[in-house]
Amino acid sequence: MLELRQIDKVYNPGTVREIGLFSDFSLTVPKGQFVSVVGSNGSGKTTLLNILCGSLPPDSGQVLLDGQDITRQKEHLRARRFARIYQNPALGTCAKMSIRENMALADNKRRRMNLRPGTDRSRLPLWRQMLAELGLGLENMMEARAGSLSGGQRQALALTMSRLTPVDFLILDEHTAALDPKAADIIMHLTDRMVRESGLTAIMVTHNLRFALDYGDRLLMMHQGHAVLDVRDEGKRRLEMEDLLRLFNEISVECGN
Amino acid sequence: MLSTFLATLPSTLEQGLLYAVLALGIMITYTILDFPDLTVDGSFPLGGAVSTTLLLRGWDPLAALLAATACGALAGLCTGLIHVKLRVRALFSGIIMMTALYSINLRITGGNALLSIPRTASTLFRNNAAADLLPPWLRVPIIAGLLVLALKVLLDLFLSTRAGYLLRAAGDNETVVTALGRDKGNVKIAGLTMANALVALSGAVVCQEQRLFEVSMGTGTMVLALASVIIGVNLFRRVERVRPTTAVIAGSILYKVCVAFAIACGLSPMDMKLVTAALFLGILASGSLKRKEKAHA
Repeated sequence: MLELRQIDKVYNPGTVREIGLFSDFSLTVPKGQFVSVVGSNGSGKTTLLNILCGSLPPDSGQVLLDGQDITRQKEHLRARRFARIYQNPALGTCAKMSIRENMALADNKRRRMNLRPGTDRSRLPLWRQMLAELGLGLENMMEARAGSLSGGQRQALALTMSRLTPVDFLILDEHTAALDPKAADIIMHLTDRMVRESGLTAIMVTHNLRFALDYGDRLLMMHQGHAVLDVRDEGKRRLEMEDLLRLFNEISVECGN
Repeated sequence: MLSTFLATLPSTLEQGLLYAVLALGIMITYTILDFPDLTVDGSFPLGGAVSTTLLLRGWDPLAALLAATACGALAGLCTGLIHVKLRVRALFSGIIMMTALYSINLRITGGNALLSIPRTASTLFRNNAAADLLPPWLRVPIIAGLLVLALKVLLDLFLSTRAGYLLRAAGDNETVVTALGRDKGNVKIAGLTMANALVALSGAVVCQEQRLFEVSMGTGTMVLALASVIIGVNLFRRVERVRPTTAVIAGSILYKVCVAFAIACGLSPMDMKLVTAALFLGILASGSLKRKEKAHA
């Protein structure tokens, strides 16, 4: 279970550009829940993820993981239980390393980074099989550099790499936003399957209202640091695109965009 | 002109080999970690100071090399700690250590700006059991060649281990290192430590070969080594099967050939640093011009 308790966050405190983002914001995500988060620009979606992952400290409040306070835990230590996929496909993989080496890196996350061979050859068939499931032909180009792949391919590789790591939480930061519609559909489908199969707890920030409606079992609409809509399960299934759009337009107009 | 060039070619090639160790060190910081490490201008003479001082005290040449390597590692460690723990910019961390090392090197040599090793002393290249088996003209190329080859193989092996993958990832994409649950700062510190160990080793080997230590021998080390690395990497860019270590060694030799050619053309050894700077500028400019052309195409 993941919990944010009474989070406060102010940007540029004490200056004319001071922006209060969160005040007394709380959120509880039970184990195995898939939450979609939508909202206008500057509504606090990405800040929410940054506070969760430890890239940004909250001014006050607590982040709890299974009841344990991890507010002060460093980002890389938190990453042992979190996987994060970014909007920019380049952030999830090493461009100068081959697909095989990238998969090996991810597979080594659970192991000691010692002087044993970087690539465990006995794992190659598994990696090939996982890549083949993507249907993008990556399994036949194991020695190609990740930097030579298209955005969609790289994002699919990043997602497959996080499948190899022993994490409980998947954080998706507008991870389909930089992709063309077809690639976005493929990645979204893969994401959903991965979350379901591994029983992950997932939080997905997206600008794609359709994805937010179609995937996940809870939907959060953020506006100026508050959840203006929070529906789950049956309530979410009854939610229609029109309602969502209307609400989204209301908050957007308020912001002037 | 050509005859002078050809006459000095063997010693030029030797120099290329001796400095290849230095280039391998710079490869770790520049090519792999993407870290502009100026520590090398201090850690290269540091290796020379330590090894020369110890030789003069009657140490075994190999033991002196190992001690020099360890001191270089320590210097790299300090640069890493300054950069990572005190959050000082990469360039400044190196400059701070480089400046400090100038005085430290003088302390090590007991205040002597110049130390020479007598002909009778045992070094890696003379007056030892292995060197005595070789004809004098083959000593430097064979011993230096074996050393470079051994280091190259070790470095290649290291870069293919789990730790090596992590080091490469740290220079490629820090986010991935964090995502793997590892502290990217520690990986950088480890890389800087390794790199400066190699740089100091190179300084020690160079001093043992020329039987001379000079406190300002480090000036321009970074530029010279970078030129070697960039020549090597660019030269073999389109060749698939060549490892970066091989390219860098070739780059080091080629660089020395270029400088020797310039001197054979009538430039004085006094102009050496000017030639180095001009050569380096030429390489960088041609690289960025090429990129520009590509961008327009």
